[in-house]
Amino acid sequence: MNEAWLFAAQRLSAMVMAPLVLLHLGVILYAVRDGLSADEILSRTEGSLFWGAVYGLFVVAAAVHAPIGLRAVLREWGRWRGAGLDIAMALFGLLLLALGLRAVAAVL
Amino acid sequence: MAMLEVEIWRGEGGDGAWRRYAVPHEANQTVLDVVTHVQRYLDPSLAYRFACRVGMCGSCAMSVNGRPRWTCRTHVSRAARKGRLRIGPLRNLPVIRDLAVDMAPFFEKWRDAEARFIPSKEPPEEPVRPDEPERMAADAGIECINCAVCYAACDSVAWNPDYPGPAVLNRLWTLANDRRDGDRDGHLDAAGAGCHLCRSHQECADACPTGLNPTAAIAGLKREVFRRALGGRARGPRQ
Repeated sequence: MNEAWLFAAQRLSAMVMAPLVLLHLGVILYAVRDGLSADEILSRTEGSLFWGAVYGLFVVAAAVHAPIGLRAVLREWGRWRGAGLDIAMALFGLLLLALGLRAVAAVL
Repeated sequence: MAMLEVEIWRGEGGDGAWRRYAVPHEANQTVLDVVTHVQRYLDPSLAYRFACRVGMCGSCAMSVNGRPRWTCRTHVSRAARKGRLRIGPLRNLPVIRDLAVDMAPFFEKWRDAEARFIPSKEPPEEPVRPDEPERMAADAGIECINCAVCYAACDSVAWNPDYPGPAVLNRLWTLANDRRDGDRDGHLDAAGAGCHLCRSHQECADACPTGLNPTAAIAGLKREVFRRALGGRARGPRQ
């Protein structure tokens, strides 16, 4: 994998996520009134194209960002290198994407 | 006379232990003076390395109270804590004996990256002005004395054997900005994967005895390497 592209992808996804993380924290404070549960959140966000779009973007950015960072950690602290690591991280990214988009689909 | 409590690492290769010495504290005394006192008056078997004693040659770097320093220009008054000094070999390099480390891995990475001036076939068409941006970027990192203090300070070096280290990348950045150099693309290619292993902790910039900022140089390399990955021509005239 080309390190220059991974570097750019991680920085760009971080730029996307920085404001969204703040927004997300705000949503948690706003939406949780009676315990943290899917029903509780969905009752306030369901059917909103806006929140669906916001969280859709968030999920994509996180699915790009997290595997690149985890890859660096595993390479340096776990001494794991090579194609196996890249494949594992790509699968991890897809897992994050699938789990995240499943939650977004519930909003829409 | 006030005495310093000095602990010095003694041993060969990976084995060894701290040994205590009492050294008289003198005015304007450097850490290298302390080590030299031990070797001359207390224990002639102590191995350490120095040459110029004035901060030019980069030979005398050691770990002083856990921090890599050029010992010839580090005053005891600045480095000692409550009259105590713990002096060991540099981190991230194999120990030969006592305070002398094997610098070969440091210079081998330098060599492998071909981090050296490669003259262009023709002189630059325009004269190099001292105040042009590229020259200023090169000048900012040019005073490296190859002491390996940054290499010892760097966690990325400790974590990643493939990482060339701050000094090599800083040198590549000065070369990439030198219009008289004939292989800018080659220098950026050499920095390629290596520069992205930097985690921007800035330990190198914090420790550099000559006040350079290798982290900033590496950030510049990351930008230019990505610019090249995009397919755009890097800035500056080509040969």
